[in-house]
Amino acid sequence: MKKNDYFKNWRDNELAKSLARFPERREKFISHGGREIPRLALPHEVDENYMENLGFPGSYPYTRGVQPTMYRGRLWTMRQYAGFSSAAESNKRYRYLLEQGTTGLSVAFDLPTQIGYDSDDSMSIGEVGKVGVAIDSLADMEILFEQIPLDSVSTSMTINSPAIVLLAMYVAVAEKQGVSPEKLKGTIQNDILKEYVARGTYIFPPKPSLRLITNIFQWCSKHTPAFNTISISGYHIREAGSTAVQEVAFTLANGITYVQAALDAGLELDVFARRLAFFFNASSDLLEEIAKFRAARRLWARIMKERFKAQKPSSWMLRFHTQTAGNTLTAQQIDNNIVRVTLQALAAVFGGTQSLHTNSRDEALSLPTEDSVRTALRTQQIIAHESGVANTVDPLAGSYFIEELTSQIEKEAEELIDKIDKSGGVVAAIEEGFIQRQIENAAYDYQREIESGERLIVGVNSFQIEEKSKPATLRVDPEIEQFQVENLARLKKKRNSENVSLALDDLNQAAQNDTNLFPYVLNAVKEYATLGEICNVLRKVFGEYR
Amino acid sequence: MTKKITPYRVLIAKPGLDGHDRGAKFIARALRDDGFEVIYTGIRRTPEEIAAAAIQEDVSAIGLSSLSGAHLRLFPAVVEALKKAHCHDIPVLGGGVIPDEDKEELKKAGISQVFTPGTPLEEILEAFRSACRNHRAEQP
Repeated sequence: MKKNDYFKNWRDNELAKSLARFPERREKFISHGGREIPRLALPHEVDENYMENLGFPGSYPYTRGVQPTMYRGRLWTMRQYAGFSSAAESNKRYRYLLEQGTTGLSVAFDLPTQIGYDSDDSMSIGEVGKVGVAIDSLADMEILFEQIPLDSVSTSMTINSPAIVLLAMYVAVAEKQGVSPEKLKGTIQNDILKEYVARGTYIFPPKPSLRLITNIFQWCSKHTPAFNTISISGYHIREAGSTAVQEVAFTLANGITYVQAALDAGLELDVFARRLAFFFNASSDLLEEIAKFRAARRLWARIMKERFKAQKPSSWMLRFHTQTAGNTLTAQQIDNNIVRVTLQALAAVFGGTQSLHTNSRDEALSLPTEDSVRTALRTQQIIAHESGVANTVDPLAGSYFIEELTSQIEKEAEELIDKIDKSGGVVAAIEEGFIQRQIENAAYDYQREIESGERLIVGVNSFQIEEKSKPATLRVDPEIEQFQVENLARLKKKRNSENVSLALDDLNQAAQNDTNLFPYVLNAVKEYATLGEICNVLRKVFGEYR
Repeated sequence: MTKKITPYRVLIAKPGLDGHDRGAKFIARALRDDGFEVIYTGIRRTPEEIAAAAIQEDVSAIGLSSLSGAHLRLFPAVVEALKKAHCHDIPVLGGGVIPDEDKEELKKAGISQVFTPGTPLEEILEAFRSACRNHRAEQP
C-alpha cells in the first residue's frame, strides 16, 4: 500500500461519512491572521508505523480522537456538575446553567442519596443536601427536572451503588413528561469498583454490585439505547492521590472487569460496549495530562480489539468526560484557581475530551457561588471560541515529546494492568488492598514534596501574601434536613402503602433469584417507595460491604 | 539512664458519610512518621462510634476530618458523645473544607483547633504534640 492510500481510504470512508452526518461548524476555519486552518496536520510520510500508533482521527487506535473532525464538527459538551440542597433549589441552578449556555446537565446527589439512605435516617445527620441534592423518592426527582425537557437535554448522574434506583426514577420522570425511554440521552456513573478504592460510597459487596451493573447494561441496551450505562472513572482515583499512569491503569482495569462481568452474564459484547463511557481527571501537569488522554484511548482500543475481540469500531472507542482536578485548588489567593482550571481544561481539550466540567475558583472553601460557576463555564467558552485550539484535530500529534510520553504512559499502564491480572484481577486486588496502597503511597509522596518545598504550589508554599478580605461562600440552608424529613413523612401518608409493600416484596423475591432487577425497581419507584426502602431490601439480601 | 518514653496515641476519624480520606490518611501517616501511635477509623463512622473508639483505645487526642460541609453538625457531636461518657478531657482537633467563618463556632463547641486546606504539616503535628502533652499532664 502506498502512503497516500492510507489517507485516501480515511478521507473517502470515515471522514466522508462523518461530514455527511455532521457538517463542520464552519465552512472554513480562519485564524486571526487570516490563515485557513487545516482540519488535520499530517507527517510528510504516513507510513505503517504512523498507522499503527496514531492512525487517523475516528479510526483505530484512536490516538488522535474518536471523531474524524473532532471539535470542528461539534464542540465538547460543556457539562457543569451541580446540585445542592433541595430538588427545587437545584432545579433553579440547572435552569440558570442552561440559560448561560451549558449544554448538558450533571446531577450531584448528596451523600445520603449516594449511599442509599433516606433523609430521615440517623446515618444522614448533617449530610442532607450538602454536597448535592437530596432525593428520597420519585416526588423529589419530579421537582428536580421540572420544566427541563428530557428529550433534548442530556443528563449525567453521579450515582453508583444505588444507580439502578436513580436511573429508574429518571425513566419514570421522563415517562410523566411524555418522553419515552429510547429518547433519553445521558450517562449514569454506575462505577462501583472505584468506590471501594477511592470514593467511598459503596453499599453492597462487589459481587451483587456487579450484578446490579450488568442488570442496568442489559435493561438499557433494550430500552435506552442512547444512554451511557456506565462512566468508568479515573477521576476519583486521581483525586485520591494516584499518579497519571495509575489513573489510566486502574480505570482501564476496572473497565476490563465490567466487560468480563457483562460477558459472564451472557450479554453481547458489541451491543453493550458502545455504551461504556469513561471519566478522567485533568490535573496541572499540562503535557503529561495530554499524553495521558491519548494513551488511555489507544490502550483501551487495543484491549477491546485484541483482548476481547470486539468487532465493531464503536466498541473500541474510549469516549470520556473530564473534570479539572479539585485537589489542586487552593484556599489561598483563590483567583489563582481560575488560571489552574484554564490550564487543566486546555489539557482536556488537547486530549480530545467529549465533555468537560471546569471547577470553580472557590471550591477549596465551600460549594461554588453562582458567580464562580459562571466564570468556570466562561473558561470553557473562551477556550472553545477564542483560543483557536478547537479548529484543528489533535494539534499536538507528532510532537516528539508528546508522542514519547503517550507511549511511555501506555506502556507503564499496561504493565500495571498485567500485574493486576496476574494477581487475580481487580476485585482480588481491592480485597488484598493492593490498589488502595498504591494510591496512598503516591498521595503521600506528593504531599511530602509539597511539605519539603521540592514542589512549589503558588500561594501555598511560595508566593504567599497576607489575605484580608474573605471571599463570599455559598451556604446550604441548614433547614433543608428538616424540610426533607417533613416531606418524606407527608409522602408516606399520601402514597398507597399496600402497593408499596407489594412492590418491595416483589423486589425482595427477585433479588434472591438471578432475574434482572430493573423492572422491579422501576415498579417500586413508581409507587413512591423511597430510595432508602429499596436499598434496605437489597441490603438484607446482598449484605453490606465492610 | 534514659527513661523510655511511651509514644502519644491519637485517633484519626472520619465522621459522617464523606469518603474523601486522602487528607486523613496523610495526617495519620505523617503522625506515625513523627513517632505517634495512630489509630485510623476508616470512613463513615458515627460520632458515637468515634468517641467509643477513642475511649477504648485510650488516646490522648482525636483528629476529625470532613470535606462534605457537615462539620458544624458532626464535629460538635463527637465532643457531645465524649461528654456523655465523661471523657471530654480528650482534646478534639478538626480539619477539612471548612470556611473561615465556621472556625469560631467549632471552637465554641469544643474543637480545640481547626485546620483548613494549605496548612503546613508542621503546624498540624505541633498541635497534636501539644494537645497530647497537655492531656497527659492532666492525667492522675
